[in-house]
Amino acid sequence: MGFFQKVWFITWKDIKAEWRTREIFSSMFIFALLVIVIFNFALDPGADPQMTLPGALWIAFTFAGVLGLNRSFILERENEAFQGLLLCPVDRGIIYLGKMLGSLLFMSLAELIALPIFMVFFNLNLLNLLPELGLVILLSTLGFISVGTLFSAMSIHTKTREVMLPVLLFPVVVPVIIGAVKATDRILAQKPLSEITSWLHLLIAFDVIFLVASFLTFEFVVEE
Amino acid sequence: MVYIQNLTKSFGNFKALRGINLKLEKGQFLTIFGPNGAGKTTLIKILSTLMKPTSGVIKIAGLDLREDGESVRKQIGVISHSTYLYPNLTAYENLKFYGKMYDLQNLPATIERVLEEVGLKDRMHDLVRTYSRGMQQRLSIARAILHDPAVMFLDEPYTGLDLHAAEMLRDLLQTVHTRERTVIMTTHSISQGLEVSDLVGILVRGKLVYLEPIGKIDTQDFGKTYFYWVEQAG
Amino acid sequence: MKPMPRYTPIDLIGWATFLTMTLGLYLIFMYAPTEQKMGIVQRIFYFHLPSAWTSFLAFFVVAVSSFLYLWRRERKWDRIAYASAEIGVVFCSLVLLTGPIWARPVWNVWWTWDPRLTTTLILWLMYVGYLMLRSSSESSKTSRFTAVFGILAFLDVPLVYMSTRWWRTIHPKPVIGGEPGSSGLAPEMALTLIVCLLAFTLFYIYLMAQRISLEKLKDEIEEIKQNFETPVERSK
Repeated sequence: MGFFQKVWFITWKDIKAEWRTREIFSSMFIFALLVIVIFNFALDPGADPQMTLPGALWIAFTFAGVLGLNRSFILERENEAFQGLLLCPVDRGIIYLGKMLGSLLFMSLAELIALPIFMVFFNLNLLNLLPELGLVILLSTLGFISVGTLFSAMSIHTKTREVMLPVLLFPVVVPVIIGAVKATDRILAQKPLSEITSWLHLLIAFDVIFLVASFLTFEFVVEE
Repeated sequence: MVYIQNLTKSFGNFKALRGINLKLEKGQFLTIFGPNGAGKTTLIKILSTLMKPTSGVIKIAGLDLREDGESVRKQIGVISHSTYLYPNLTAYENLKFYGKMYDLQNLPATIERVLEEVGLKDRMHDLVRTYSRGMQQRLSIARAILHDPAVMFLDEPYTGLDLHAAEMLRDLLQTVHTRERTVIMTTHSISQGLEVSDLVGILVRGKLVYLEPIGKIDTQDFGKTYFYWVEQAG
Repeated sequence: MKPMPRYTPIDLIGWATFLTMTLGLYLIFMYAPTEQKMGIVQRIFYFHLPSAWTSFLAFFVVAVSSFLYLWRRERKWDRIAYASAEIGVVFCSLVLLTGPIWARPVWNVWWTWDPRLTTTLILWLMYVGYLMLRSSSESSKTSRFTAVFGILAFLDVPLVYMSTRWWRTIHPKPVIGGEPGSSGLAPEMALTLIVCLLAFTLFYIYLMAQRISLEKLKDEIEEIKQNFETPVERSK
């Protein structure tokens, strides 16, 4: 079986288990909604939604994402199934990509469903901006998940577990968050795509660098 | 089949294994006894490539562990006190997943045969979550023999089993053993360890202080021998 | 005749640090002219900038020795990375402390989200995370985890700097002054700065040497302890 088939099978196993419990998806989705609701109370009711949505959106997504990443590896520790996976004759990079892809899918799905609800809450019609917005969300989520998967595999082996992941992850993904917020802001202001190209480049650079670095270093993290 | 020379492992300052030497022929069953913290689990983890040794040479089925980690993994099956099963997948899906990871051909037939062997065929489409501890352990045996490994490592497989399940595991181990597999098992239960083995070892403080074939051992009095060696080394 | 006291290289570095540091202090307060616009408070610059330089150097050393550790698996690289991260965080804290002291009288604000300052803050957060990771990981994994994190964090530095810079320029807000002293430095000021840079770098090397030998001693004590202890637990 080829490289990508094995990657896919690891993702498949996560999707199958997730389909039965909906544990990762529902916790991310509900949490994102809660953040937006709370955020609304923190804001001046008359505030311009176009100014506040980018920030609110990405706060909700990043915090929800951390929750999902934590679950993904805590589930692997049940029955120490992850060790069973490590005993298989597959390259550690394949395992990384499989887990990464699963988390990427779950987080993107939660974002996709949360987005229309945010639109309603903020009284904005974003449907015509969906392609651009989708691209930014995908690139940012990929960057976030690429490092997040690696760090999550570490943080489950620390005493502080759930706390350790955001402590490590948030400073490192600062470029992604800045890029995502800024690009979202430009898109909402109906600016042409050319205005966000430099942000897109930054996001792509981050994605490439950290996908490769995490792919290469994953084996050191999962060694016993 | 299994060849270990001068194996050591340190965790920072702590020396978990201090020079293990061992040679096992094909089909031999070695049981290693030892108190908690003696390094039994560390030894099994290193042999099953989950952990890297600090120094020493290990060869399994003629393959060097350092160079051919991935090929070695194809040759070994591991049963531990953790079952390595995904509770939200069915038994069949668990085995299918692992089978794919091992590149197995003819997977559906193999899975059914193995499940038949451990007596779980009628429940193969139930979620593992709904299984009892004993059934999960049997399924974990099925998982470990799915790819027909030449060498098996069993790390405290009896932990947490009720009497009935332990009996079943013992029967299973005996059938597994007759297929000419090489087995290393660690345990601290003396009676269960002596029943099936050809060789008996005692590991204390990271050293294999005792290693004898079963024929030379007074099995009735082995408890005394065991404590003698543990105290000597301490 | 009394035998000549023997100095180790560490002692020599210690003395060199002491001398350049004293010279630096003299230059800062007696030699360098007072900056016309900012006044006396500008003299903190001679500590601020060398601290920043030292912390960057320290984090660079973390990344390099982390890489060497993963490659060679030798304990000494792990010790160097740990020592350097700790010292780097100390100097980084100095930057973040001296910054506001300087900014308050000059720009009338405690904090400005200038890209350099922001990057320093993010760096500080990252390496405090590094130290937290070190103290809370399972002991057999600590060195590998922190090495991986040390490499990734350093790869991130240029991206953080770039993003914080664009963040401010693309969405302009009133910029509060440029970085003072970066251009048009008087020769006396430049000399003082160079001496201070040298003093801080020597100080870093001295602290590193001390910190590493402390870790080594810890290892040795552990080893001796293990040889005395009998951690054998009777099994049933």
